Amino acid sequence: MAERVVDRQNQYLRIESVTKRFGDFVAVDNVSLSIFKGEIFCLLGGSGCGKTTLLRMLAGFESPTSGRILIDGQDMSGIPPYERPVNMMFQSYALFPHMTVAANVAFGLEQEGVARPEIERRVREMLDIVKLGEFAKRKPHQLSGGQRQRVALARALIKKPKLLLLDEPLGALDKKLREHTQFELINLQEQLGVTFVVVTHDQEEAMTLASRIGVMNKGQIVQVGTPTEIYEFPNSRFVADFIGSVNMFEGRLIEDEPGHVRIRCDDLDTTVFVSHGISAAPDARVFVAIRPEKIEMTRGQAAEGENCVGGVVREIAYMGDMSVYLVRLDGGRTVRVTIPNIERHEERIVWDERVVLRWQPSSPVVLTQ
Amino acid sequence: MATSTFAAVSTALSAGRRLVTAVPYFWLAVFFAVPFAIVFKISFSYMVPAQPGYAPLFEWLEESRRLVATFNLANYQVLLQDSLYLNTFLYSLKVAAISTVLCLLLGYPMAYAIARSAPTTRNLFLMLIILPFWTSFLLRVYAWIGLLKTNGVINNTLLSLGIIDQPLVLLYTDFAVYVGIVYSYLPFMILPLYSNLEKHDLTLLEAAADLGARPFKAFFKITLPLSMPGIVAGCLLVFIPAVGEFVIPSLLGRTDQLMIGTVLSAQFFGARNWPVASAVAIGLLLVLLLPILLFQRYQQRELEASRR
Repeated sequence: MAERVVDRQNQYLRIESVTKRFGDFVAVDNVSLSIFKGEIFCLLGGSGCGKTTLLRMLAGFESPTSGRILIDGQDMSGIPPYERPVNMMFQSYALFPHMTVAANVAFGLEQEGVARPEIERRVREMLDIVKLGEFAKRKPHQLSGGQRQRVALARALIKKPKLLLLDEPLGALDKKLREHTQFELINLQEQLGVTFVVVTHDQEEAMTLASRIGVMNKGQIVQVGTPTEIYEFPNSRFVADFIGSVNMFEGRLIEDEPGHVRIRCDDLDTTVFVSHGISAAPDARVFVAIRPEKIEMTRGQAAEGENCVGGVVREIAYMGDMSVYLVRLDGGRTVRVTIPNIERHEERIVWDERVVLRWQPSSPVVLTQ
Repeated sequence: MATSTFAAVSTALSAGRRLVTAVPYFWLAVFFAVPFAIVFKISFSYMVPAQPGYAPLFEWLEESRRLVATFNLANYQVLLQDSLYLNTFLYSLKVAAISTVLCLLLGYPMAYAIARSAPTTRNLFLMLIILPFWTSFLLRVYAWIGLLKTNGVINNTLLSLGIIDQPLVLLYTDFAVYVGIVYSYLPFMILPLYSNLEKHDLTLLEAAADLGARPFKAFFKITLPLSMPGIVAGCLLVFIPAVGEFVIPSLLGRTDQLMIGTVLSAQFFGARNWPVASAVAIGLLLVLLLPILLFQRYQQRELEASRR
């Protein structure tokens, strides 16, 4: 990931206990959040989690039922969308179909009353930045999906907003184009230094784009952190499950030391030894989460010792760069294991082979909620 | 096997498609092209005081064994030379144009309000717009006489409220014609406008607001240009029939100034001069051809835009 100039002292956007109700339905539930100047912040969550409502409140299309939003220290309460120092890139792009690309991009500056020659100069500059210079005279319906996305981006960026809001910016693009566009978006953000708030349901998109991610569930922010923190140190079963795939085992704390813990899981024939302490009551019910790529798989009959279980391969999905194995443990549970396909001609483990699964004491995450 | 089945199905489909498109063509041929050809033919005939009232264009003379064609251009000459026709044509165009503008000014806000109202009330409003069609058109125009006449409802109300001392002359004026036409044709303006406005993507207005446009500005920059096809369709649906309107002007309008539709019907039924009446009809058609072509071009454009 590229180095970003993020000013961690500057809480550029502050969301203070914002709640939004639609009738009986609480779309956004007491959310507080600080976003720093120059970062790409991703709001990640499933559909209906309130992320889009939160974004629309930042843009001014919805107003909070309670709480307030401050942008660069200025309270946004009662300020209509057309007076906010914020621009938004819509999921559908919302390009004006009757205007050319250049007219679409110029629209924001025209509303500000910028002089015509200046508008033309800035539009040309902006179209060059998004590499659409030669398409200035086209209408939106004459463009491809990727080109439209760049027009939408150019249109939203031309007013040099304090905050750029992006609603599923890559949602309408195909996979190859998405990957390419993701990096372009990051480059552009660094080049212009605009603070981005991105809403997405796609964890991969969030992981590549974001400097920090806020995971949302049922209107609440459940965890805020860097992509690494969110993936490696999820704070709840929801986050662990939502980001990436995970093998989750319920168990009981049988040994609780400051430096390590031991957990007895119902579905595992082994005790789980974790090389760090946790804060939980002794004998508490806990959940052990182990990522599929952190499990080591070897051929073998018997499993011995801690962090080690035996099983039989039931399913294999060959993905090219790696393979996903579903292993039925002797206790009955099925566990997901991913193995990178490093060797081309390696004799790979096949269906119905007996295997032994092992993991490092540092690998499992113990979750209490 | 599979390909042959596919071929058979697609042949059947394309035959079916041709059949479906044949229906409107057939309809147009029988109810437009043929009558038009007949009217066109009559417009070149001489009037004869007999049945059917005009001389045949082509005659087979048995004794000389020749086919004789007799064309009479005098009917068109009359149109151009008699100032009555030019005058009524211009007056009809003026009345139709002003009525169309009035319909647009009244109809646009109504169509807009309906398109933006809640779906349940929307249907109620549309119903109310269409409701007058359930009563006979003639009856509704007659009802306006009762409202507009010297001791009619409007004058009596204004007199009894003390707003006026003398009854206003409302009936048999240009004003009455405008009232009649606007009242009768307003639904034809509202419905195409509504169907256009209802399809608008409201996120475009959010985008405009986001980029700094106040609601008023956003309306003129986004909504109005995007509703152009609806405006054109509505205007033509009002303008075209209004030019040829004869019921409303004959019931409510001035006696010293006729509209072309009235003249046409007078020539046809009163004077029984079918050839001149036909020439008037052809002249009217030529005048309306331009807006009709315009209408088609707009429809085409909207079709293309919707294919995106």
